[in-house]
Amino acid sequence: MLLPFFEWCESTPIATTIQNSLWLFPVIEAVHLLGLCLLGGSILLVDLRLMGAGLTRQTIPELNSQVRPWLLGAITMMIVTGVSLFLSEAIKCYYNQAFWVKITTLPLALSFTFLVRDRVAREGAYVNAATRLTGAASVVLWFIVAAAGRWIGYS
Amino acid sequence: MLESLYAWPLLESTHVLAIALFVGTAVMMDLRLLGFAFRKVPASAFTGRLLPWTRAGFVVSLVTGLLVFYSNPLRYYHNVFFRIKVLALILAGLNVWLFHSRIHRRVSQWDLDPVPPRAARVAGMVSIFAWALVVVTGRMIAYNWFDCDLQPQPDFVNWAAGCVVEGAGE
Repeated sequence: MLLPFFEWCESTPIATTIQNSLWLFPVIEAVHLLGLCLLGGSILLVDLRLMGAGLTRQTIPELNSQVRPWLLGAITMMIVTGVSLFLSEAIKCYYNQAFWVKITTLPLALSFTFLVRDRVAREGAYVNAATRLTGAASVVLWFIVAAAGRWIGYS
Repeated sequence: MLESLYAWPLLESTHVLAIALFVGTAVMMDLRLLGFAFRKVPASAFTGRLLPWTRAGFVVSLVTGLLVFYSNPLRYYHNVFFRIKVLALILAGLNVWLFHSRIHRRVSQWDLDPVPPRAARVAGMVSIFAWALVVVTGRMIAYNWFDCDLQPQPDFVNWAAGCVVEGAGE
């Protein structure tokens, strides 16, 4: 049912430009990885803090608001490069289990980060069971997204 | 190693995720050293409280990286991107050593400065550049564009990859 959409994705000008270039895909992929590092750092800083580790001399709301612009930058970087990579090999992705794991976990991770974790971090005066659970859930969700993303390349 | 179905992807995924942990946290510290972010956080909070996580990530990526290398040492040895990656790793290592043996020794003098002194800013910039180069060239190792068995290649490429080309020098 969705296959025609994936076929259309692969015929877009962005997709064909990437397909027709020897180095465009690797370069976008490398930038995607740099974005992953930035995302990993900005996610972990707050997750660690929520679990009572890392930069504990800062309050949770302070750290959360200071990391936020870098988190948003990293997510923008990931989405722009990630969508480009996807368009160029959409049909391969359609038949790829890891892709489906990633694309279903990603909205979960994003909504958890901005709807649940952000609220907990803004109001979190002290580390308690709720903040620890939030930090741990965030680590697990983003771990699945990243691991499944890497796994797309193996099949 | 290469023969087993899942060992290699597992090893390499662990390598990538550990890099996201250690380069990610290292870059956060670099942003502090540059005065780009976390201006109200003491620099020593990063080196004291965050660095253990960075180190843990580094150890995991080092071990998995060495195992990946060991699976096919000759292919990596003659890969141009691998060679650039090793140089970038040396640069990053020297920078870490210089920062901790000199600049960080006097951290109490600039711990709370919103923008740290020039030497610390340079260390932060070199760190971001070197680790980014490690990540990018590491990813590029997968591409065989400049491999020795793909001839003809420009002399410069063969020199950089250390290829022994038949008929060369005649």
